[in-house]
Amino acid sequence: MPATSNSVPTTSPADTIFEVSEPFVLASGESLERCQIAYTTHGTLNADKSNAILICHALTGDQYVLGTHPVTGKDGWWETIAGPGKPLDTDRYFLICANVLGGCMGSTGPGSPNPSTGDIYGLSFPLVTIADMVDVQAKLLDHLGIERLLAVVGGSMGGMQVLQWASRYPQRVVSAIPIATAAKHSSQNIAFHEVGRQAVMADPDWHGGRYAGLNTRPTKGLAVARMGAHITYMSDDALHNKFGRSLQNRSDISFGFDADFQIESYLRHQGMTFVDRFDANSYLYVTRAMDYFDIAADHDDILARAFEGTSTRFCVISFPSDWLFPTSESRAIVHALNATTAKVSFVEIESDRGHDAFLLEEPELFATVRAFLTSIAEREGLA
Amino acid sequence: MSVPDTRIDYAIIEDFVPQGARVLDVGCGRGELLALLEATKGVDGRGLELSQDGVNEAVARGLSVIQGDADTDLATYPDGSFDVVILSQTLQATQAPKKVLEELLRIGKRVIVTIPNFGNWRARLHLLLRGEMPVTKALPYSWYDTPNIHFCTLRDFIGLAGEVGATIEEAAALNAEGQRLALNAPWAIWNLIGAQGIFILKPGK
Repeated sequence: MPATSNSVPTTSPADTIFEVSEPFVLASGESLERCQIAYTTHGTLNADKSNAILICHALTGDQYVLGTHPVTGKDGWWETIAGPGKPLDTDRYFLICANVLGGCMGSTGPGSPNPSTGDIYGLSFPLVTIADMVDVQAKLLDHLGIERLLAVVGGSMGGMQVLQWASRYPQRVVSAIPIATAAKHSSQNIAFHEVGRQAVMADPDWHGGRYAGLNTRPTKGLAVARMGAHITYMSDDALHNKFGRSLQNRSDISFGFDADFQIESYLRHQGMTFVDRFDANSYLYVTRAMDYFDIAADHDDILARAFEGTSTRFCVISFPSDWLFPTSESRAIVHALNATTAKVSFVEIESDRGHDAFLLEEPELFATVRAFLTSIAEREGLA
Repeated sequence: MSVPDTRIDYAIIEDFVPQGARVLDVGCGRGELLALLEATKGVDGRGLELSQDGVNEAVARGLSVIQGDADTDLATYPDGSFDVVILSQTLQATQAPKKVLEELLRIGKRVIVTIPNFGNWRARLHLLLRGEMPVTKALPYSWYDTPNIHFCTLRDFIGLAGEVGATIEEAAALNAEGQRLALNAPWAIWNLIGAQGIFILKPGK
Protein backbone atom coordinates (compact mmCIF):
# COMPACT_ATOMS: atom_id res chain seq x y z
CA MET A 1 0.00 0.00 0.00
CA PRO A 2 1.87 3.13 -1.14
CA ALA A 3 1.64 6.17 1.09
CA THR A 4 0.20 9.27 -0.44
CA SER A 5 1.58 12.70 0.28
CA ASN A 6 -1.09 13.72 2.74
CA SER A 7 -1.92 10.51 4.51
CA VAL A 8 0.02 8.63 7.13
CA PRO A 9 0.56 4.91 6.76
CA THR A 10 -2.17 2.84 8.28
CA THR A 11 -2.75 -0.79 8.90
CA SER A 12 -2.51 -3.50 6.27
CA PRO A 13 -4.36 -6.80 5.84
CA ALA A 14 -1.32 -8.63 7.23
CA ASP A 15 -2.04 -7.24 10.68
CA THR A 16 -4.31 -8.34 13.39
CA ILE A 17 -5.83 -5.60 15.48
CA PHE A 18 -6.35 -5.99 19.19
CA GLU A 19 -8.64 -3.48 20.83
CA VAL A 20 -8.56 -2.94 24.58
CA SER A 21 -12.06 -3.57 25.85
CA GLU A 22 -12.24 -0.67 28.29
CA PRO A 23 -10.69 2.81 28.49
CA PHE A 24 -6.92 2.46 28.88
CA VAL A 25 -5.39 4.45 31.72
CA LEU A 26 -1.93 5.84 30.98
CA ALA A 27 1.00 6.51 33.32
CA SER A 28 0.29 10.23 32.97
CA GLY A 29 -3.13 9.70 34.54
CA GLU A 30 -4.95 10.45 31.30
CA SER A 31 -6.87 7.72 29.62
CA LEU A 32 -7.64 6.61 26.09
CA GLU A 33 -11.29 5.95 25.50
CA ARG A 34 -10.38 3.69 22.61
CA CYS A 35 -7.05 1.95 22.35
CA GLN A 36 -5.87 -0.62 19.85
CA ILE A 37 -2.59 -2.14 18.78
CA ALA A 38 -1.75 -3.81 15.48
CA TYR A 39 0.39 -6.92 15.67
CA THR A 40 1.76 -9.77 13.60
CA THR A 41 2.60 -13.32 14.63
CA HIS A 42 4.87 -15.92 13.09
CA GLY A 43 5.18 -19.61 13.88
CA THR A 44 2.71 -21.74 15.79
CA LEU A 45 1.65 -21.39 19.40
CA ASN A 46 1.98 -24.82 21.04
CA ALA A 47 -0.80 -26.50 22.99
CA ASP A 48 0.28 -25.30 26.43
CA LYS A 49 1.15 -21.85 25.06
CA SER A 50 4.70 -22.05 26.37
CA ASN A 51 6.68 -21.18 23.25
CA ALA A 52 5.73 -17.53 22.80
CA ILE A 53 8.41 -14.90 22.28
CA LEU A 54 7.51 -11.23 22.30
CA ILE A 55 9.65 -9.06 20.02
CA CYS A 56 9.71 -5.37 20.93
CA HIS A 57 10.56 -2.97 18.14
CA ALA A 58 12.77 0.12 18.22
CA LEU A 59 11.82 3.80 17.76
CA THR A 60 11.06 3.68 14.05
CA GLY A 61 10.41 -0.03 13.80
CA ASP A 62 7.04 -1.67 13.55
CA GLN A 63 5.27 -5.02 13.73
CA TYR A 64 6.73 -6.21 10.41
CA VAL A 65 9.56 -8.32 11.80
CA LEU A 66 9.29 -10.76 8.91
CA GLY A 67 7.79 -10.72 5.46
CA THR A 68 7.24 -7.88 3.05
CA HIS A 69 6.60 -4.49 4.58
CA PRO A 70 3.23 -3.21 3.31
CA VAL A 71 4.47 0.36 2.78
CA THR A 72 8.10 0.04 1.71
CA GLY A 73 7.89 -3.36 0.01
CA LYS A 74 11.17 -4.22 1.75
CA ASP A 75 11.94 -7.24 3.93
CA GLY A 76 10.91 -7.23 7.59
CA TRP A 77 13.27 -5.36 9.91
CA TRP A 78 14.59 -8.41 11.75
CA GLU A 79 14.79 -10.98 8.98
CA THR A 80 18.46 -11.30 9.93
CA ILE A 81 17.72 -13.03 13.24
CA ALA A 82 14.13 -14.30 12.93
CA GLY A 83 12.61 -16.93 10.66
CA PRO A 84 12.71 -20.69 10.05
CA GLY A 85 15.95 -22.12 11.47
CA LYS A 86 17.12 -18.67 12.62
CA PRO A 87 17.90 -17.89 16.29
CA LEU A 88 14.33 -16.59 16.74
CA ASP A 89 13.18 -19.79 15.10
CA THR A 90 9.65 -19.72 13.73
CA ASP A 91 9.80 -23.53 13.47
CA ARG A 92 10.11 -23.71 17.27
CA TYR A 93 8.72 -20.50 18.69
CA PHE A 94 5.62 -18.38 18.31
CA LEU A 95 6.78 -14.83 17.61
CA ILE A 96 4.60 -11.85 18.42
CA CYS A 97 5.40 -8.26 17.55
CA ALA A 98 3.06 -5.33 18.09
CA ASN A 99 3.31 -1.76 16.85
CA VAL A 100 3.89 0.36 19.95
CA LEU A 101 1.22 2.56 21.44
CA GLY A 102 1.79 6.01 19.95
CA GLY A 103 3.07 4.46 16.72
CA CYS A 104 1.71 4.94 13.24
CA MET A 105 1.31 1.47 11.77
CA GLY A 106 -2.14 0.66 13.03
CA SER A 107 -1.78 1.18 16.76
CA THR A 108 -3.51 4.07 18.48
CA GLY A 109 -1.39 7.20 18.28
CA PRO A 110 -1.49 10.92 17.48
CA GLY A 111 -2.58 10.06 13.93
CA SER A 112 -5.70 8.24 15.18
CA PRO A 113 -9.11 9.86 15.38
CA ASN A 114 -10.15 11.12 18.78
CA PRO A 115 -13.41 9.21 19.42
CA SER A 116 -14.97 12.11 21.32
CA THR A 117 -14.49 14.64 18.48
CA GLY A 118 -13.94 12.52 15.39
CA ASP A 119 -10.86 14.62 14.54
CA ILE A 120 -7.30 13.35 14.30
CA TYR A 121 -5.68 13.71 17.74
CA GLY A 122 -2.50 15.51 16.73
CA LEU A 123 -0.93 17.04 19.83
CA SER A 124 -4.11 16.53 21.84
CA PHE A 125 -3.06 12.88 22.05
CA PRO A 126 -1.87 12.19 25.61
CA LEU A 127 1.82 11.44 26.19
CA VAL A 128 2.55 7.74 26.40
CA THR A 129 5.43 6.00 28.17
CA ILE A 130 7.41 2.80 27.68
CA ALA A 131 5.39 1.40 30.59
CA ASP A 132 2.14 2.23 28.76
CA MET A 133 3.41 0.43 25.64
CA VAL A 134 4.23 -2.63 27.73
CA ASP A 135 0.91 -2.55 29.58
CA VAL A 136 -1.04 -2.70 26.32
CA GLN A 137 1.16 -5.58 25.15
CA ALA A 138 0.32 -7.38 28.40
CA LYS A 139 -3.36 -6.97 27.62
CA LEU A 140 -2.74 -8.37 24.15
CA LEU A 141 -1.15 -11.45 25.74
CA ASP A 142 -4.13 -11.82 28.07
CA HIS A 143 -6.31 -11.75 24.98
CA LEU A 144 -4.16 -14.42 23.31
CA GLY A 145 -4.32 -16.52 26.48
CA ILE A 146 -0.55 -16.46 26.93
CA GLU A 147 0.35 -16.35 30.60
CA ARG A 148 4.14 -16.60 30.34
CA LEU A 149 6.54 -15.52 27.64
CA LEU A 150 9.48 -17.80 26.93
CA ALA A 151 11.38 -14.64 26.08
CA VAL A 152 10.98 -10.94 25.56
CA VAL A 153 13.58 -9.61 23.16
CA GLY A 154 14.38 -6.26 21.60
CA GLY A 155 17.07 -3.72 20.80
CA SER A 156 17.31 -0.02 21.63
CA MET A 157 13.80 1.20 22.55
CA GLY A 158 12.80 -2.46 22.18
CA GLY A 159 15.34 -3.24 24.91
CA MET A 160 13.72 -0.62 27.14
CA GLN A 161 10.42 -2.46 26.75
CA VAL A 162 12.19 -5.72 27.57
CA LEU A 163 13.48 -4.24 30.84
CA GLN A 164 10.07 -2.77 31.60
CA TRP A 165 8.46 -6.16 30.99
CA ALA A 166 10.92 -7.90 33.31
CA SER A 167 10.42 -5.31 36.01
CA ARG A 168 6.64 -4.95 35.77
CA TYR A 169 5.59 -8.52 34.97
CA PRO A 170 8.44 -10.68 36.30
CA GLN A 171 6.23 -13.75 36.71
CA ARG A 172 5.28 -13.58 33.04
CA VAL A 173 8.82 -13.37 31.69
CA VAL A 174 10.88 -16.57 31.66
CA SER A 175 13.80 -14.85 29.97
CA ALA A 176 14.70 -11.36 28.82
CA ILE A 177 17.12 -10.31 26.09
CA PRO A 178 17.72 -6.55 26.21
CA ILE A 179 20.08 -5.55 23.38
CA ALA A 180 21.95 -2.26 22.87
CA THR A 181 19.80 -0.48 25.41
CA ALA A 182 19.77 1.33 28.73
CA ALA A 183 17.74 1.45 31.93
CA LYS A 184 17.33 5.18 31.43
CA HIS A 185 17.64 7.54 28.49
CA SER A 186 20.84 9.58 28.81
CA SER A 187 21.08 13.36 28.66
CA GLN A 188 22.96 13.09 25.37
CA ASN A 189 20.22 10.93 23.88
CA ILE A 190 17.46 13.27 25.08
CA ALA A 191 19.45 16.06 23.43
CA PHE A 192 19.54 14.26 20.08
CA HIS A 193 15.81 13.59 20.30
CA GLU A 194 15.09 17.23 21.04
CA VAL A 195 17.00 18.31 17.93
CA GLY A 196 14.89 15.89 15.88
CA ARG A 197 11.65 17.14 17.37
CA GLN A 198 12.62 20.76 16.80
CA ALA A 199 13.37 19.95 13.16
CA VAL A 200 9.81 18.58 12.79
CA MET A 201 8.27 21.54 14.60
CA ALA A 202 10.26 24.05 12.54
CA ASP A 203 8.70 22.75 9.34
CA PRO A 204 5.90 25.20 8.37
CA ASP A 205 3.87 22.22 7.19
CA TRP A 206 3.73 20.89 10.72
CA HIS A 207 1.11 23.50 11.74
CA GLY A 208 1.35 22.85 15.45
CA GLY A 209 0.68 19.19 14.79
CA ARG A 210 -2.62 19.82 12.98
CA TYR A 211 -1.29 18.99 9.51
CA ALA A 212 -3.65 16.02 9.04
CA GLY A 213 -6.65 18.30 8.62
CA LEU A 214 -4.75 20.68 6.34
CA ASN A 215 -3.75 18.20 3.69
CA THR A 216 -0.02 18.66 4.33
CA ARG A 217 2.76 16.73 6.05
CA PRO A 218 5.96 18.10 7.58
CA THR A 219 8.12 15.82 5.48
CA LYS A 220 11.14 18.14 5.32
CA GLY A 221 11.37 18.50 9.07
CA LEU A 222 10.85 14.79 9.66
CA ALA A 223 13.49 13.96 7.04
CA VAL A 224 16.01 16.21 8.78
CA ALA A 225 15.14 14.59 12.11
CA ARG A 226 15.78 11.19 10.57
CA MET A 227 19.07 12.30 9.02
CA GLY A 228 20.35 13.52 12.37
CA ALA A 229 19.19 10.40 14.17
CA HIS A 230 20.66 8.12 11.55
CA ILE A 231 24.14 9.49 12.24
CA THR A 232 23.78 8.42 15.87
CA TYR A 233 22.99 4.85 14.81
CA MET A 234 26.35 4.42 13.10
CA SER A 235 29.91 4.49 14.38
CA ASP A 236 32.61 6.78 13.08
CA ASP A 237 34.44 3.71 11.77
CA ALA A 238 31.35 2.43 10.00
CA LEU A 239 30.85 5.81 8.30
CA HIS A 240 34.50 5.95 7.37
CA ASN A 241 34.53 2.42 5.97
CA LYS A 242 31.28 2.80 4.08
CA PHE A 243 31.69 6.32 2.69
CA GLY A 244 34.95 7.94 3.68
CA ARG A 245 35.16 11.21 1.75
CA SER A 246 33.99 9.57 -1.47
CA LEU A 247 32.14 11.85 -3.87
CA GLN A 248 28.67 11.07 -5.20
CA ASN A 249 28.49 10.56 -9.00
CA ARG A 250 31.08 13.23 -9.68
CA SER A 251 34.82 13.50 -10.02
CA ASP A 252 35.24 16.78 -8.21
CA ILE A 253 33.61 18.94 -5.58
CA SER A 254 30.96 21.31 -6.90
CA PHE A 255 31.75 24.42 -4.86
CA GLY A 256 28.10 24.43 -3.88
CA PHE A 257 25.63 22.74 -1.55
CA ASP A 258 24.66 19.74 -3.64
CA ALA A 259 25.21 16.35 -2.07
CA ASP A 260 28.83 16.21 -3.21
CA PHE A 261 29.73 13.51 -0.74
CA GLN A 262 28.27 10.02 -0.69
CA ILE A 263 27.44 10.35 2.98
CA GLU A 264 25.27 13.38 2.24
CA SER A 265 23.46 11.60 -0.54
CA TYR A 266 22.97 8.58 1.70
CA LEU A 267 21.51 10.63 4.56
CA ARG A 268 19.19 12.55 2.22
CA HIS A 269 17.95 9.23 0.87
CA GLN A 270 17.41 7.90 4.40
CA GLY A 271 15.45 11.02 5.30
CA MET A 272 13.30 10.99 2.18
CA THR A 273 12.36 7.33 2.36
CA PHE A 274 11.63 7.53 6.09
CA VAL A 275 8.84 10.07 5.66
CA ASP A 276 6.93 7.66 3.41
CA ARG A 277 6.49 5.24 6.25
CA PHE A 278 6.45 7.32 9.41
CA ASP A 279 4.20 9.98 10.88
CA ALA A 280 5.84 13.15 12.21
CA ASN A 281 3.66 13.42 15.31
CA SER A 282 4.29 9.77 16.14
CA TYR A 283 8.00 10.58 15.95
CA LEU A 284 7.49 13.30 18.57
CA TYR A 285 5.51 11.02 20.88
CA VAL A 286 7.67 7.93 20.66
CA THR A 287 10.95 9.84 21.09
CA ARG A 288 9.37 11.47 24.15
CA ALA A 289 8.46 8.07 25.57
CA MET A 290 12.13 7.09 25.33
CA ASP A 291 13.24 10.35 26.96
CA TYR A 292 10.95 9.72 29.93
CA PHE A 293 12.25 6.18 30.40
CA ASP A 294 14.09 5.76 33.70
CA ILE A 295 13.19 2.45 35.23
CA ALA A 296 14.92 3.19 38.55
CA ALA A 297 12.84 6.34 39.03
CA ASP A 298 9.88 4.24 40.18
CA HIS A 299 12.14 2.40 42.64
CA ASP A 300 13.75 5.13 44.78
CA ASP A 301 16.35 5.61 42.04
CA ILE A 302 17.85 2.22 42.89
CA LEU A 303 17.88 0.19 39.70
CA ALA A 304 18.37 -3.12 41.51
CA ARG A 305 14.98 -2.67 43.22
CA ALA A 306 13.32 -2.74 39.80
CA PHE A 307 14.33 -6.39 39.55
CA GLU A 308 14.22 -7.50 43.20
CA GLY A 309 13.53 -11.20 43.65
CA THR A 310 13.25 -11.82 39.92
CA SER A 311 13.47 -15.35 38.59
CA THR A 312 13.76 -14.17 34.99
CA ARG A 313 16.96 -15.18 33.23
CA PHE A 314 18.62 -12.24 31.50
CA CYS A 315 20.94 -12.10 28.54
CA VAL A 316 22.23 -8.54 28.23
CA ILE A 317 23.99 -7.70 24.96
CA SER A 318 25.92 -4.62 23.86
CA PHE A 319 28.29 -3.55 21.09
CA PRO A 320 31.55 -1.71 21.80
CA SER A 321 31.13 0.70 18.85
CA ASP A 322 27.61 1.73 19.95
CA TRP A 323 28.05 5.24 21.34
CA LEU A 324 24.31 5.93 21.56
CA PHE A 325 23.70 3.08 24.01
CA PRO A 326 27.26 2.33 25.11
CA THR A 327 28.35 -0.83 26.88
CA SER A 328 28.54 1.13 30.15
CA GLU A 329 24.72 1.37 30.07
CA SER A 330 24.41 -2.41 29.71
CA ARG A 331 26.97 -2.88 32.45
CA ALA A 332 24.85 -0.72 34.77
CA ILE A 333 21.92 -3.08 34.12
CA VAL A 334 24.14 -6.10 34.78
CA HIS A 335 25.44 -4.63 38.03
CA ALA A 336 21.91 -3.97 39.22
CA LEU A 337 20.93 -7.54 38.35
CA ASN A 338 24.00 -8.83 40.19
CA ALA A 339 22.91 -6.89 43.23
CA THR A 340 19.64 -8.84 43.21
CA THR A 341 21.56 -12.08 42.49
CA ALA A 342 19.50 -12.49 39.33
CA LYS A 343 20.58 -14.99 36.72
CA VAL A 344 22.27 -12.83 34.15
CA SER A 345 24.52 -13.38 31.18
CA PHE A 346 26.27 -10.41 29.64
CA VAL A 347 27.98 -10.44 26.29
CA GLU A 348 29.64 -7.57 24.47
CA ILE A 349 29.60 -8.49 20.79
CA GLU A 350 32.62 -7.32 18.80
CA SER A 351 31.31 -5.12 15.99
CA ASP A 352 32.41 -1.80 14.51
CA ARG A 353 28.98 -0.94 13.14
CA GLY A 354 27.61 1.12 16.00
CA HIS A 355 24.11 1.07 17.45
CA ASP A 356 22.53 -0.41 14.31
CA ALA A 357 24.60 -3.58 14.75
CA PHE A 358 21.64 -5.29 16.42
CA LEU A 359 19.72 -5.08 13.12
CA LEU A 360 22.57 -6.31 10.95
CA GLU A 361 24.26 -9.55 10.01
CA GLU A 362 26.27 -10.21 13.18
CA PRO A 363 27.04 -13.93 13.50
CA GLU A 364 28.24 -13.66 17.10
CA LEU A 365 24.98 -11.96 18.10
CA PHE A 366 23.01 -14.70 16.41
CA ALA A 367 25.09 -17.43 18.08
CA THR A 368 24.58 -15.86 21.50
CA VAL A 369 20.81 -15.42 21.13
CA ARG A 370 20.44 -18.92 19.69
CA ALA A 371 22.44 -20.55 22.47
CA PHE A 372 20.74 -18.59 25.23
CA LEU A 373 17.23 -19.27 23.91
CA THR A 374 18.00 -22.95 23.32
CA SER A 375 19.13 -23.36 26.91
CA ILE A 376 16.00 -21.57 28.14
CA ALA A 377 13.77 -23.72 25.94
CA GLU A 378 15.43 -26.89 27.25
CA ARG A 379 14.95 -25.80 30.85
CA GLU A 380 11.30 -25.14 30.09
CA GLY A 381 10.92 -28.61 28.66
CA LEU A 382 10.43 -27.54 25.05
CA ALA A 383 11.83 -30.15 22.71
CA MET B 1 42.49 -18.14 29.56
CA SER B 2 45.52 -18.08 31.74
CA VAL B 3 45.83 -21.83 32.14
CA PRO B 4 45.55 -24.93 29.95
CA ASP B 5 42.17 -26.55 29.31
CA THR B 6 42.47 -29.62 31.48
CA ARG B 7 42.23 -28.43 35.01
CA ILE B 8 43.49 -30.79 37.61
CA ASP B 9 41.88 -28.87 40.43
CA TYR B 10 38.28 -29.36 39.25
CA ALA B 11 37.69 -32.78 40.75
CA ILE B 12 38.79 -31.60 44.17
CA ILE B 13 36.71 -28.42 44.00
CA GLU B 14 33.74 -30.56 43.00
CA ASP B 15 34.16 -32.60 46.19
CA PHE B 16 34.08 -29.46 48.31
CA VAL B 17 30.91 -27.94 46.81
CA PRO B 18 27.66 -28.97 48.55
CA GLN B 19 24.67 -30.21 46.57
CA GLY B 20 22.41 -27.42 45.32
CA ALA B 21 24.69 -24.63 46.52
CA ARG B 22 24.53 -21.12 45.08
CA VAL B 23 27.91 -20.75 43.44
CA LEU B 24 29.82 -17.84 41.89
CA ASP B 25 32.86 -18.79 39.80
CA VAL B 26 35.15 -15.77 39.45
CA GLY B 27 37.35 -16.09 36.38
CA CYS B 28 35.20 -18.94 35.11
CA GLY B 29 36.84 -19.15 31.67
CA ARG B 30 34.60 -21.00 29.26
CA GLY B 31 32.43 -22.25 32.09
CA GLU B 32 33.79 -25.81 32.25
CA LEU B 33 33.75 -25.96 36.05
CA LEU B 34 30.31 -24.32 36.34
CA ALA B 35 28.88 -26.74 33.78
CA LEU B 36 30.41 -29.64 35.71
CA LEU B 37 29.00 -28.38 39.02
CA GLU B 38 25.54 -27.79 37.52
CA ALA B 39 25.55 -31.32 36.12
CA THR B 40 26.91 -33.18 39.14
CA LYS B 41 25.92 -30.99 42.08
CA GLY B 42 22.83 -29.22 40.78
CA VAL B 43 24.28 -25.88 41.81
CA ASP B 44 22.66 -22.51 41.11
CA GLY B 45 25.67 -21.13 39.29
CA ARG B 46 26.91 -17.71 38.14
CA GLY B 47 30.17 -16.79 36.48
CA LEU B 48 32.36 -13.76 35.94
CA GLU B 49 34.97 -13.82 33.19
CA LEU B 50 37.26 -11.21 31.68
CA SER B 51 37.74 -12.69 28.21
CA GLN B 52 34.91 -12.20 25.76
CA ASP B 53 35.59 -15.52 24.05
CA GLY B 54 35.26 -17.29 27.36
CA VAL B 55 31.97 -15.52 28.15
CA ASN B 56 30.46 -16.28 24.76
CA GLU B 57 31.26 -19.96 25.06
CA ALA B 58 29.90 -20.10 28.59
CA VAL B 59 26.64 -18.40 27.58
CA ALA B 60 26.45 -20.85 24.70
CA ARG B 61 26.49 -23.62 27.33
CA GLY B 62 23.42 -22.03 28.87
CA LEU B 63 25.34 -20.65 31.86
CA SER B 64 24.69 -17.31 33.55
CA VAL B 65 28.04 -15.71 32.93
CA ILE B 66 28.88 -12.03 32.59
CA GLN B 67 31.84 -10.28 31.06
CA GLY B 68 33.64 -8.42 33.79
CA ASP B 69 36.74 -7.91 35.86
CA ALA B 70 37.37 -9.45 39.29
CA ASP B 71 39.29 -6.31 40.25
CA THR B 72 36.31 -4.00 39.71
CA ASP B 73 33.04 -5.90 39.35
CA LEU B 74 32.87 -7.92 42.57
CA ALA B 75 31.68 -4.80 44.38
CA THR B 76 28.26 -5.15 42.74
CA TYR B 77 27.40 -8.42 44.51
CA PRO B 78 25.65 -8.23 47.89
CA ASP B 79 27.15 -9.50 51.15
CA GLY B 80 26.86 -13.24 51.73
CA SER B 81 24.92 -13.73 48.50
CA PHE B 82 26.61 -17.02 47.55
CA ASP B 83 27.14 -20.26 49.44
CA VAL B 84 30.41 -20.81 47.63
CA VAL B 85 32.61 -18.40 45.70
CA ILE B 86 35.33 -20.02 43.60
CA LEU B 87 38.50 -18.34 42.43
CA SER B 88 40.29 -21.00 40.47
CA GLN B 89 43.77 -20.16 39.15
CA THR B 90 42.87 -16.49 38.88
CA LEU B 91 44.19 -14.69 42.00
CA GLN B 92 47.69 -14.42 40.55
CA ALA B 93 46.26 -12.60 37.50
CA THR B 94 44.45 -9.87 39.46
CA GLN B 95 45.71 -6.31 40.01
CA ALA B 96 44.94 -6.29 43.72
CA PRO B 97 44.83 -9.86 45.09
CA LYS B 98 44.26 -8.78 48.69
CA LYS B 99 41.27 -6.62 47.80
CA VAL B 100 39.88 -9.36 45.57
CA LEU B 101 40.18 -11.90 48.38
CA GLU B 102 38.42 -9.53 50.79
CA GLU B 103 35.59 -9.10 48.30
CA LEU B 104 35.26 -12.87 47.87
CA LEU B 105 35.01 -13.31 51.63
CA ARG B 106 32.35 -10.60 51.77
CA ILE B 107 30.24 -12.19 49.01
CA GLY B 108 30.65 -15.87 49.86
CA LYS B 109 29.89 -17.91 52.94
CA ARG B 110 32.74 -20.15 51.80
CA VAL B 111 35.53 -19.25 49.40
CA ILE B 112 37.52 -21.78 47.42
CA VAL B 113 40.82 -20.47 46.10
CA THR B 114 43.22 -22.46 43.99
CA ILE B 115 46.61 -21.01 43.14
CA PRO B 116 49.68 -22.16 41.26
CA ASN B 117 52.57 -22.54 43.71
CA PHE B 118 55.50 -20.35 42.86
CA GLY B 119 57.38 -22.01 45.68
CA ASN B 120 57.34 -25.38 43.90
CA TRP B 121 60.81 -26.94 43.71
CA ARG B 122 60.87 -26.77 39.92
CA ALA B 123 60.32 -23.02 40.01
CA ARG B 124 62.86 -22.61 42.79
CA LEU B 125 65.46 -24.64 40.91
CA HIS B 126 64.83 -22.79 37.68
CA LEU B 127 65.57 -19.46 39.31
CA LEU B 128 68.43 -20.80 41.41
CA LEU B 129 70.32 -22.67 38.71
CA ARG B 130 69.46 -20.81 35.52
CA GLY B 131 69.02 -17.35 36.98
CA GLU B 132 65.87 -16.89 34.89
CA MET B 133 62.23 -16.44 35.83
CA PRO B 134 60.73 -19.93 35.98
CA VAL B 135 58.87 -21.38 33.01
CA THR B 136 57.39 -24.75 33.94
CA LYS B 137 54.61 -27.01 32.73
CA ALA B 138 52.20 -25.51 35.23
CA LEU B 139 53.48 -21.97 34.64
CA PRO B 140 54.21 -21.91 30.92
CA TYR B 141 54.57 -18.15 30.32
CA SER B 142 57.67 -16.00 29.94
CA TRP B 143 57.98 -13.10 32.37
CA TYR B 144 57.18 -10.53 29.68
CA ASP B 145 53.91 -12.03 28.41
CA THR B 146 52.48 -13.69 31.48
CA PRO B 147 48.95 -12.73 32.61
CA ASN B 148 50.07 -13.88 36.03
CA ILE B 149 51.24 -10.66 37.62
CA HIS B 150 51.02 -11.51 41.33
CA PHE B 151 52.62 -14.83 42.05
CA CYS B 152 52.81 -16.28 45.47
CA THR B 153 53.79 -19.49 47.18
CA LEU B 154 51.39 -21.60 49.22
CA ARG B 155 52.97 -20.16 52.36
CA ASP B 156 52.46 -16.61 51.05
CA PHE B 157 48.79 -17.33 50.50
CA ILE B 158 48.34 -18.69 54.00
CA GLY B 159 49.86 -15.43 55.22
CA LEU B 160 47.41 -13.38 53.14
CA ALA B 161 44.44 -15.41 54.39
CA GLY B 162 45.47 -14.57 57.95
CA GLU B 163 45.92 -10.92 57.10
CA VAL B 164 42.38 -10.55 55.70
CA GLY B 165 40.97 -12.31 58.76
CA ALA B 166 39.89 -15.54 57.08
CA THR B 167 39.92 -19.01 58.55
CA ILE B 168 41.39 -21.80 56.43
CA GLU B 169 38.95 -24.66 56.94
CA GLU B 170 40.64 -27.07 54.60
CA ALA B 171 43.69 -27.06 52.41
CA ALA B 172 45.32 -29.42 49.98
CA ALA B 173 48.31 -29.40 47.71
CA LEU B 174 48.45 -31.12 44.35
CA ASN B 175 51.55 -32.26 42.58
CA ALA B 176 52.17 -31.53 38.92
CA GLU B 177 50.17 -34.62 37.93
CA GLY B 178 47.17 -33.42 39.90
CA GLN B 179 47.50 -36.00 42.63
CA ARG B 180 46.68 -34.89 46.10
CA LEU B 181 49.68 -34.88 48.39
CA ALA B 182 49.51 -36.77 51.65
CA LEU B 183 47.55 -34.84 54.23
CA ASN B 184 50.02 -35.47 56.99
CA ALA B 185 52.90 -33.85 55.14
CA PRO B 186 54.09 -30.64 56.83
CA TRP B 187 53.48 -27.29 55.07
CA ALA B 188 57.16 -26.90 54.26
CA ILE B 189 56.94 -30.05 52.14
CA TRP B 190 53.69 -28.97 50.45
CA ASN B 191 55.22 -25.62 49.68
CA LEU B 192 58.18 -27.36 48.08
CA ILE B 193 56.59 -30.14 46.05
CA GLY B 194 53.04 -28.83 45.54
CA ALA B 195 52.36 -27.53 42.02
CA GLN B 196 49.18 -25.91 43.18
CA GLY B 197 47.21 -25.36 46.35
CA ILE B 198 43.51 -25.49 47.11
CA PHE B 199 42.12 -23.61 50.08
CA ILE B 200 38.66 -23.49 51.59
CA LEU B 201 38.24 -20.24 53.46
CA LYS B 202 35.58 -18.92 55.78
CA PRO B 203 35.18 -15.24 56.65
CA GLY B 204 36.28 -14.42 60.20
CA LYS B 205 38.30 -16.33 62.76
